Amino acid sequence: MGIEAKDFSLDLDLLAYSGIVFSPEQRAALQTSLVILKEQYKFKTIHLWGKILGITEDYYIIQGRQKNELQDRQFLYSSDCINWNMLTPASDDAKELSPQCQGRFTGDPSHDFDVTKYTVSNEDTEEENVEEYKSQLREEERLAATLWKIEQDAIIIPRGSYVLQPNGNVERNRTFEGLTIIESGKLSNYFHFREPISLQQKSLIHRATLDKSLHFLDTIDEDVPKGWSVQYERGSGLVQIRSLKWPGMAFFHIPETNRYGSLYCGIGEENKDLPFML
Amino acid sequence: MSATHYQNHSADQRHMRSPEGSDMEKRFNDAKSYITSTTGKDGVNLYDHLVKCVSRLLTEQPRDSVTIFEDVSKLARSQQVKPQEQPAENTEHILAEEQKPLFEKSDNAEELDDEALQSPLPHILEQAYYFEQAGIGLGRDETYRIWLALKQLVDKGQYEKVRFWGKIVGTEKNYYIAEVEQNAEEEADDDDGNEETSENDDAKDADDEEGEGEEDPLPKSTYKAPPSVPKEERGTGVNKYTYHVCNHPGSPWVRLPIVTPAQVSQARQIKVFFTGDLNREIKSFPAYPGTEKNYLRAQIARISATTHVSPAGKFKFSDEEEETEEEGGKQNYQENEDFTGAPLSELVHEDLNGWVHHVLHVLPQGRTKWWNPNDNGDKEEEEAEEEEDMKAAAPGAQPEQGPPLLTPIGVDAEIQNTKAWTAKISSNLIPQYACAFVRSNLWPGAYAFARGMIWENIYVGFGHKYSTTDYRPELPPLPANEYTDLPENIEIDDPTPEDEAKARAAEEHGEEGEEEHEEEAENEEEDD
Repeated sequence: MGIEAKDFSLDLDLLAYSGIVFSPEQRAALQTSLVILKEQYKFKTIHLWGKILGITEDYYIIQGRQKNELQDRQFLYSSDCINWNMLTPASDDAKELSPQCQGRFTGDPSHDFDVTKYTVSNEDTEEENVEEYKSQLREEERLAATLWKIEQDAIIIPRGSYVLQPNGNVERNRTFEGLTIIESGKLSNYFHFREPISLQQKSLIHRATLDKSLHFLDTIDEDVPKGWSVQYERGSGLVQIRSLKWPGMAFFHIPETNRYGSLYCGIGEENKDLPFML
Repeated sequence: MSATHYQNHSADQRHMRSPEGSDMEKRFNDAKSYITSTTGKDGVNLYDHLVKCVSRLLTEQPRDSVTIFEDVSKLARSQQVKPQEQPAENTEHILAEEQKPLFEKSDNAEELDDEALQSPLPHILEQAYYFEQAGIGLGRDETYRIWLALKQLVDKGQYEKVRFWGKIVGTEKNYYIAEVEQNAEEEADDDDGNEETSENDDAKDADDEEGEGEEDPLPKSTYKAPPSVPKEERGTGVNKYTYHVCNHPGSPWVRLPIVTPAQVSQARQIKVFFTGDLNREIKSFPAYPGTEKNYLRAQIARISATTHVSPAGKFKFSDEEEETEEEGGKQNYQENEDFTGAPLSELVHEDLNGWVHHVLHVLPQGRTKWWNPNDNGDKEEEEAEEEEDMKAAAPGAQPEQGPPLLTPIGVDAEIQNTKAWTAKISSNLIPQYACAFVRSNLWPGAYAFARGMIWENIYVGFGHKYSTTDYRPELPPLPANEYTDLPENIEIDDPTPEDEAKARAAEEHGEEGEEEHEEEAENEEEDD
């Protein structure tokens, strides 16, 4: 989801409750970059997406979107908030390898990670055989794959904030007036902002009852295991939702206003221990 | 309003187009009556709905309204359908009321005398400014509230030193943590008593059993629990500082109990999210000795021990203290008065020698100073030990040793070819005013900054250590060997009804049979 360029500095303050802070220098640099990049790449909207903490350098991530905000997304990364590089979408190979990749992001996009992949053939039989593949993954590819995975798992929007237009585009809903306080505390009122997966598996009858232009995504309360923590900060004046699966992903919404957004600020590794930790 | 508009519009048409006005009017009426009569299942008719949509568009006059007409229509519909929810409890207001006392000026101590200026309250806003440069923090509003809450804490008790330790994020509520150094021997530790009893529980149980089985004593277990590692007193080792937590600034501070070695070493084996409820039971394997507050306290001890660093030269060992021949090395350090601030270049250097640990390393035993289990428990035979005490209690126990105090962080163990710390400068563009900061790669969320004489540590995160491998719960211990049958308990056949009858007869006759019968009955039980 990210936070949009126009509400940049206001929204950034609200995410400080989750410990996400940008220094004044970075804020200023990002503000400038966002404007320039939007013009340069002809994006319809541009969002600050977050940052990935590396060992020597950090990656700052910006996302630009075209007409269909669900599908036409592009990532840009930078280590100094000024010089940006386009990130090519992750290949299927990289998506497969990156969860196996051990160790932290270094901050050097051309760094190579050694990845060992195991495939088990004839499982649970006598000839069970574990094969080992050694391959390499470039950090840039790993970054793309990780961002893709985070988008799949942890980018959320409030119900009704985006609409599916009759022409198939997904756009920000200008008439969205926010969730009520009670609604905002329930996970069923938030959607994964990705192509729906579990919605397609629902029965036709169930889908027929849904509002097609608003309820076209998966709700997050169906996630297994339940990797979300909802909290009211400032009493009920501000809702913070943090992903437990991707620690560092924080989402905020001010109930009864159309202000919402999210940022990721973390080490770029999934919390695979989640089932044990709840 | 829009209804009249609609009518006017059709009236215009009538004028322009047709001489047969009455016909047009009839059609209009037909149409209108049709529209008003089409009622949905929920009792809303189309006419009312259109009125709503059109009037909204006219009052708000949004730009390119044609594109959002559907949304307006949808919104109007959904508002009608929405069931009446009970009004939400206004927690925002409740919280504001709760925080209001923070902003009230206390009337006694505001004469800006020396005493007031020497308060142990730290300048948190200044620190927050530097942390912001480093890319960590909690935002200015919240920081100020925390500051006020800390002030409240300082006003209440007599503390030598107070600092804001950090924030641990929980799943339902968060913890704000204050670290205080108490004046020596403060009030009696109320929480100590509780722990003592829980530790002694096992011993008591054993006694009870003995008492019950007068007639037929149960076999006594030869297993002796490994001697539990004694905890360090408040004011020393891992319990050097006392910690107070609250769920949000303004709520009362709760003092955390002191931590026991078992709690620290067990905390290393589990990984559980904090919920924000201090008294929640920790559900984990191996079972955790204590509730969430003990776990929280143990994690705080671990995080502090690993991530509390200061610029080299800030502290020095006290001169008077001679090198005592104790394990653990020197325990005391004091502020170096000659310290004039560490140079930036040294602080951001890759060797990381510009920073030193000023909190003692926690040994695997769960203490900072090694405790020799053979000192007092030496006469007891060493039985199979529980894992955490394996090293400590093995015959000829190897003393555990950690790095001495004020060791540079550059020699910290690597995490799989990754340095344990990342050192950086907060600004490359204006380095003359920048501060240096380091962040821990072992405990993501732990930061420290330094600039000139000012330096501070903070932690904001979930309170878990980084590891390259996935968490694997401890396996249950191996089952003990089965009891080997000895000749005295050989199985015998169940008594037949005839035998029982005989026995009963014998019992009725006299006392003599009683003993026999009892034995039999017991055998029966055992066979089950």
